[in-house]
Amino acid sequence: MSLLSVENLRVTYPTRQGPSEVVRGVSFNLGRERLGIVGESGSGKSQTGRAILGLTPAPGLATADRLEFDGIDLRQADARQWRSLRGRRMSMVMQDPKFSLNPVMPVGKQLMETLRTHGAPRSEAKNRALEMLEAVQIRDPERVFRAYPHELSGGMGQRAMIAMMLVSAPDLLIADEPTSALDVTIQIEVLRILDKLVSERGMGLIFISHDLRLVSSFCDRVLVMYAGQVVEELQASDLHNARHPYTQGLLNCLPKIDGDQRPLPTLNRDEAWTK
Amino acid sequence: MTGTEMSEKTMTDTVLSVENLEVTFRAGLEEVRAVRGVSFTVGRGESYGIVGESGSGKSTVLRAICGLAPTSGGRIVLDGAPIPAPRDAAFYRRVQMVFQDPYASLHPRHTIDSVLSEPLAIQGFDRREERIEQALEEVGLGKGFRFRYPHQLSGGQRQRVAVARALILEPEVILLDEPTSALDASIQAEVLNLLDRLRAERGLTYILVSHDLAVVSHMCERLLVMQHGQAVEELTRGALRARQAQTDYTKTLLKASEGYSAEVPA
Repeated sequence: MSLLSVENLRVTYPTRQGPSEVVRGVSFNLGRERLGIVGESGSGKSQTGRAILGLTPAPGLATADRLEFDGIDLRQADARQWRSLRGRRMSMVMQDPKFSLNPVMPVGKQLMETLRTHGAPRSEAKNRALEMLEAVQIRDPERVFRAYPHELSGGMGQRAMIAMMLVSAPDLLIADEPTSALDVTIQIEVLRILDKLVSERGMGLIFISHDLRLVSSFCDRVLVMYAGQVVEELQASDLHNARHPYTQGLLNCLPKIDGDQRPLPTLNRDEAWTK
Repeated sequence: MTGTEMSEKTMTDTVLSVENLEVTFRAGLEEVRAVRGVSFTVGRGESYGIVGESGSGKSTVLRAICGLAPTSGGRIVLDGAPIPAPRDAAFYRRVQMVFQDPYASLHPRHTIDSVLSEPLAIQGFDRREERIEQALEEVGLGKGFRFRYPHQLSGGQRQRVAVARALILEPEVILLDEPTSALDASIQAEVLNLLDRLRAERGLTYILVSHDLAVVSHMCERLLVMQHGQAVEELTRGALRARQAQTDYTKTLLKASEGYSAEVPA
């Protein structure tokens, strides 16, 4: 049975030129697996992730024919229900730790906040927060616990964010470009943490990224988005058999260590893809 | 001409050499040695890559070359003569830089026209109108973009403006600091093709800093791997492709750039 089902999700923003639809009818089911959503900037992949958590910023409007998380209809959820879900059962890792952590609160306090909100006693919350920092491979968890976000490097901040989202052991994690700001070697470590959570705890993971190569090596299944629509859905291992010209174009335009193709093929966008 | 032929040919003619470069930042009592004794030489017409993770000092090397970071030791030699500190106009006439973030490196309230005319005015160039139009043409933007503001351009278009700004002085050496890391993959391909074409047409020398081994392998004949402010290893493109890395660190980088693999690395 699926953890999350999304049917015909649409996100619209009003503009002076009339409503602009940034997500146009996205449907998918997520089990306890790693699902990748790939696309370029502006393809609507982040908006899709936000809409699932009910975080579409006003005046944007998200609608769907169906939006169900573990049998709960999210479209009808009121503020109280959302509070009980967000953070505890489904959470999101944002792209940039610089803008997503509270700059005037120590990291440890932010980590404990989730647990305290959902009713854990202070001492237990502190222990679990420290354990989680250790679990995301932070060498000196005590220091990071006391540190303010500006005292951490980008990689540390990102790991602290991941720790924060995982400390409550959610069933669904939406990770929006969680590793784009990280160095390649650290990136692999972070992915390993996420991978472990999926395989050991049965978490469902939606991994949003622009990096097709990374997604194909990490996820089970990949949705490719273009202009607010899913243009292709593939098993990650089948990526080289991609049929849609957009997916093929994205794959081909990456430089390769071994390839010596010059000029690099560029992507010729076709109006028909947006239909 | 293939990469290896080019590097052999140009090895004899060094345009820029960096010898035991040291860069130390001081804040109060704290000292950070960002670059610790890095040396390399770049041949005329060569494209030289510097690879490393954040904090490895790779960008600081570029900034030190163009005078944006304080050098505390070592020499930087351009065409046989140590470069003056502070850098003079004649230096910038020959060496120009393209920065990483096209959103931060263009003045938000200056039109493209004023961005491009400023270096021309400083260097006392003639035929400015013509040169601006030509520079925009060369980076594939065209005259229509001349009186726009940066916010009216996409990331890829802005990076083209940054390349045009560097090119307009007809320099010999261009320092490229992560020129495509802020761009989408398809736009990255376009900018890399542009840089490749310009180098072939004008015989430019590049020093390209990137964290992406694939980009460096595509663009550069030789590369230097840096870690913690030190040079770890210098490789040719051929050695990189043959996976003939000597040091563990470079091997780790190579492995990591292939994507995620479930098994724990040994």
